[in-house]
Amino acid sequence: MGNYTFQWRQALRALPQMLDGALVTMQIAILSMLIGVTIAVFLAVMRNSKSRWLRAPATAWVEVARNTPALFQIYMAHFGLGSFGIYLSPYVALLAGIAFNNAGYLCETFRGSLRAIPSTQLRAGRSLGMGPATAFRLIVMPQMFRIAFLPTMNQMVWAILMTSLGVTVGMSTDLTGVTQDLNARSFRTFEFFALAALIYYLITKVVMLGARLLAWRLFRY
Amino acid sequence: MIEIENVHKSFGSLKVLKGIDLTVAKGEVVSVIGGSGSGKSTLLTCINGLEPVDSGRILVEGVEVHARSTDLNKLRRKIGIVFQQFNAFPHLTVLENVTLAPRKVKGMSKREAEEIAVKQLDHVGLGDKKSVYPSRLSGGQQQRMAIARALAMSPGYMLFDEVTSALDPQLVGEVLDTLKLLADDGMTMICVTHEMGFARDVSDRVAFFDQGVMAEIGPPEQIFGDAKNEATRKFLSSVR
Repeated sequence: MGNYTFQWRQALRALPQMLDGALVTMQIAILSMLIGVTIAVFLAVMRNSKSRWLRAPATAWVEVARNTPALFQIYMAHFGLGSFGIYLSPYVALLAGIAFNNAGYLCETFRGSLRAIPSTQLRAGRSLGMGPATAFRLIVMPQMFRIAFLPTMNQMVWAILMTSLGVTVGMSTDLTGVTQDLNARSFRTFEFFALAALIYYLITKVVMLGARLLAWRLFRY
Repeated sequence: MIEIENVHKSFGSLKVLKGIDLTVAKGEVVSVIGGSGSGKSTLLTCINGLEPVDSGRILVEGVEVHARSTDLNKLRRKIGIVFQQFNAFPHLTVLENVTLAPRKVKGMSKREAEEIAVKQLDHVGLGDKKSVYPSRLSGGQQQRMAIARALAMSPGYMLFDEVTSALDPQLVGEVLDTLKLLADDGMTMICVTHEMGFARDVSDRVAFFDQGVMAEIGPPEQIFGDAKNEATRKFLSSVR
């Protein structure tokens, strides 16, 4: 243990490359959240539906997304679908895997939030002549997003960190991929991964700050 | 005109309405009084189609509310309803609460809708609260906002479902005053209410509901002065 000599210079020289990787990481995380949130809204509505045919697929989605490892989900998107001749690139497979996971967790978050909104809100909308979808979109959904905001941000952080699993399906352009590559060429494992960890930390901080600003802008009431 | 013909309605095994007949003419104000569970509020939600009926029919301007071919969303534009719980939309300002339906349901421009909303808010005395969120309003103000919101759709009929029951006593007056203004303007109104003074002063007719039946209906002087029905007399002496 005592004879490892730290060499930070090499790691710092690779910083621009790593920051490029960080951008890819952020891009995947944010896209996976946008897709995940959109799907989760539909899943939440489906799970609250009276029809079995709507409830069943949504429940299945949530069960798989929440009760299997995220690594498995990303693996299936790349290699699993690959066995059926559907080829998703590492980037797309990683994005799909995380979006799948996000949707499952967020569905339950949204469903809990929906319970907190009195049914009389929907009724008030309907009695003003709105159809059910319009009343949901204009009256229920905005309130749901506010209640769900903090747990959704948890999932956002989780999505950022999950992107590191992309390396298992051959992802080489995100932060972990780039770091892994540099490590393989230099064997400066500690330095590179310590720097990567710091960058992950900073990414989550930046994204959370952005989210806070968004919340401040959106939730004025 | 609202025509209610032999309407029956139950929730499970509980019979809430047992054959209601009532016709409300254009410009008429009818108050509905009676004990809780007598079916008064259910009747209102049947009139605007929020609740289905088991049998009988309700016609609003000749359109059968519960007919399959009836476009309820369209019909509801003509029938404003205000609930006991104000149901303010908490994520929208007072002005946005009032302009939402005119814009999204009637397709008005923002400007047009705001013009109407401002007029209605001034009318109910909330002209200075336009940019405030409902959480900053008192119960009475929230209820007046709900009235303005319904009126902004320019309905031909207004249904009021115990609109003062959730209010602190000192706030009841301001809401009743708003209703009186509306009645004076010639609005056709059905008011389910526990405010006997209001029912007596403002209504053209007062209906007494007892266990899902309309036990008696008549001009306020008759109902409050010389009720024919035993149950009506008993109820009135208990609330006085």
